[in-house]
Amino acid sequence: MANMAQAIRLALNYSEKNLQLKDVFGQDVGAPLGGVFTATQGLKTSWNTPLDERGIISMAMGIAMAGDRCVAEIQFCDYIFNTIDLLKIAGNTLWCTNGQYNLPMTVMTPVGAGIRGSVYHSHSFDSWASRIQGWKVVMPSTPLDAYGLLLSAIKDPNPVLFLKPKALMRVRGDELIPGEPSDEKELKMRIDAPIGDRSKWKADWPQTTEYLVEIGKGKITRQGEQITVVSWGRHLLLANEIADELKADGVSVEVIDLRSIYPYDWDMIKTSVAKTGRVLIVNEDTEVTNFGEHLIYRVVQELFYQLLARPRLIAGKNVPGIGLHPNLEDATVPQKAEIKSAILEIIEEVP
Amino acid sequence: MFSSRLPLGFRLKNGAWGAFLSYSKTTSSKSNSAKAEAKKKSLIKMSSKKAPATAKSVKSSASSQSLGQLSDKTLIQMLDLMIKSRVLEERLIKIYRAGESYFWIGGPGEEAWGVPIGLLANKGQGVKHDFLHLHYRCTPTLIAMGMPMKDSIRLMMNRVTDPSTGGRNFSNHYCIPEMNIAPVTSPIGVQYGIALGTAHAQKRAGAKAISIVTGGDAGTAEGDFASCLIWASRKDNELPMLITVQNNYWGISTSYEGQHGETNIADRARGFNIRSRVVNGNDPVESYIALKEEMDYIRKTGKPSFIEAKVSRLYGHSSASGANLVTSEEDCIKSFSDKLVSKKIITEKEVKAIWSGYEEEALRATEEARGEGSPTSESIWDHVFADNENSDWRKF
Ligand SMILES: Cc1ncc(C[n+]2csc(CCOP(=O)(O)OP(=O)(O)O)c2C)c(N)n1
Ligand SMILES: [Mg+2]
Repeated sequence: MANMAQAIRLALNYSEKNLQLKDVFGQDVGAPLGGVFTATQGLKTSWNTPLDERGIISMAMGIAMAGDRCVAEIQFCDYIFNTIDLLKIAGNTLWCTNGQYNLPMTVMTPVGAGIRGSVYHSHSFDSWASRIQGWKVVMPSTPLDAYGLLLSAIKDPNPVLFLKPKALMRVRGDELIPGEPSDEKELKMRIDAPIGDRSKWKADWPQTTEYLVEIGKGKITRQGEQITVVSWGRHLLLANEIADELKADGVSVEVIDLRSIYPYDWDMIKTSVAKTGRVLIVNEDTEVTNFGEHLIYRVVQELFYQLLARPRLIAGKNVPGIGLHPNLEDATVPQKAEIKSAILEIIEEVP
Repeated sequence: MFSSRLPLGFRLKNGAWGAFLSYSKTTSSKSNSAKAEAKKKSLIKMSSKKAPATAKSVKSSASSQSLGQLSDKTLIQMLDLMIKSRVLEERLIKIYRAGESYFWIGGPGEEAWGVPIGLLANKGQGVKHDFLHLHYRCTPTLIAMGMPMKDSIRLMMNRVTDPSTGGRNFSNHYCIPEMNIAPVTSPIGVQYGIALGTAHAQKRAGAKAISIVTGGDAGTAEGDFASCLIWASRKDNELPMLITVQNNYWGISTSYEGQHGETNIADRARGFNIRSRVVNGNDPVESYIALKEEMDYIRKTGKPSFIEAKVSRLYGHSSASGANLVTSEEDCIKSFSDKLVSKKIITEKEVKAIWSGYEEEALRATEEARGEGSPTSESIWDHVFADNENSDWRKF
């Protein structure tokens, strides 16, 4: 099974060959490194940029304006903040020009904590991104979804932000990408750049095929009756684990992988919460004006009289950074125990 | 009409923007002559000191008296378009003063520089034609490229028929995809970065088309300007770009001296081995010749080139500072028409006829635009996403 870095690589290779993807660029994205998480190794169209995030986003906007498809990378989302007005412009260009210039560009960036990355390699961007209108924002939790969402992002006529949970880059899924060799070792041999001299190395790409995950569509990853847990990215996997553990104790948890932050799959959330009457939203961006608050607002507006307990959000603590020491990181970013006890509390709550 | 369209409590004499920056009016008029002096000095210095990376062109365009090798036809065409652009801008200011618009910003004083750009650009849509990444003083360029006056007036009056923005954005914030006119946006300097991307795509297409970017002097302090120089000049990765700055010696009320340590902004480009020169942007002949030489160079070599044009700002920064005529700065149209009259290329009577013809056209266009519709309230959701895919979360 491919890990997420390999899945992204396969999606980019597929897109170079089939979706007219012309440029994949960013800091250290081209040879020899192929990205700090190796997600762009071996590609034909990848290249290294100057160390200039504003330049990277601007370049992507210009390429898109000229009608070519590109994927630009910001090495860590911690460094995307000085481009935020450019992201706003990329998102408002179609609107400001009354429908004349759309910018079909994809920006991908690693997000979140979980690798002991300290203050400037742990930021999240999903809630920030939800406030930049005109963008679609997606965040996969599995390699197969990463593949399918990235293809959809590259095909989409709008700017799409593809958030990569950095702690999941080496995690494997349990479903093969269509066309992926089933032997993990073979895949590695064929598409992972060798250690040492890479000047003569070329990837031997497997023929993967088109597989699209529609932007705006979530996925029910665990069926359940007593509570709905909505999450995305790294915390989705935690939610799955908890649901499995609680199942053994006779607690039935439904888990939704939202996958798209905007547009989001309201139908899926609504149907599920109408059934369970209880909802917990989990993500690691900071908690004040968190995107989960918007979802809870909507739950309260549309499902108020069907709720059996107060909807709840577990998100990153509202502090300026994520400290390096595990005590600090673990106290800041939602942890498994906290999520599990919140689920149990909500289930026990009676109106 | 004006008061009915303003939000509650906003009936100010000069519109809602009138109180904003009213100090800049006095600041500017006080130091205008000092500024004109500085500009003159810097130009003299420039034309006597030839930069190593600059071609022979400085010599051929140094004399502001010369009419170069340009034909009478081109000279008259330039004067005609310069007047057309000025008449249009003055009409826009009148529309503002009459309370039929909320804000004016534009390009009076930049005609001698802007018109030649429009005449020389390879006009069309797509990577085989030039892309123009302009800022909010670009009316002269677009008039030279054939934009009808009425389209600018529609934008000024935020009519639904405004082809650039459909009534969504300020005056001079043009967007014309049919001519590769990238949307003019308010955030200063961003066009310098975005132009890199179109130049990159043009280079790939290999059709010798270039990306032209314009902007103001104060805006060169933004990081995007530095990005532009860095990305356009990477060794063996140079981009076909004409990078320009219109130096009017002001950023709203901040003087050139208040911001710049460099003698000429063009000096910065040399640090990146970008061919670079300074021109008198009040002289359409010098501007035309320099632009032509640099565009030819870029098309031939695929490498970037830089021009700093010294220009005037004839109606202040915008309507926020009153949009009053400044008499202490050179008026390029007056200089140029006097020159053509004295050289008997055109008569004074003919010049007058050009002015009055365009004044009539502008007035007629205003009357027509006035009667056209307004954008509807429901339309705010249009074009958030391409193909009008729903973007309203209430309907997800
Ligand atoms: C990023 C940004 N900061 C501030 C402003 C407000 N502003 C509008 S025009 C201007 C001055 C620009 O001066 P210059 O670049 O010299 O252009 P000019 O107006 O003189 O042609 C400022 C500060 C803005 N529009 N964008
Ligand atoms: Mg200026």
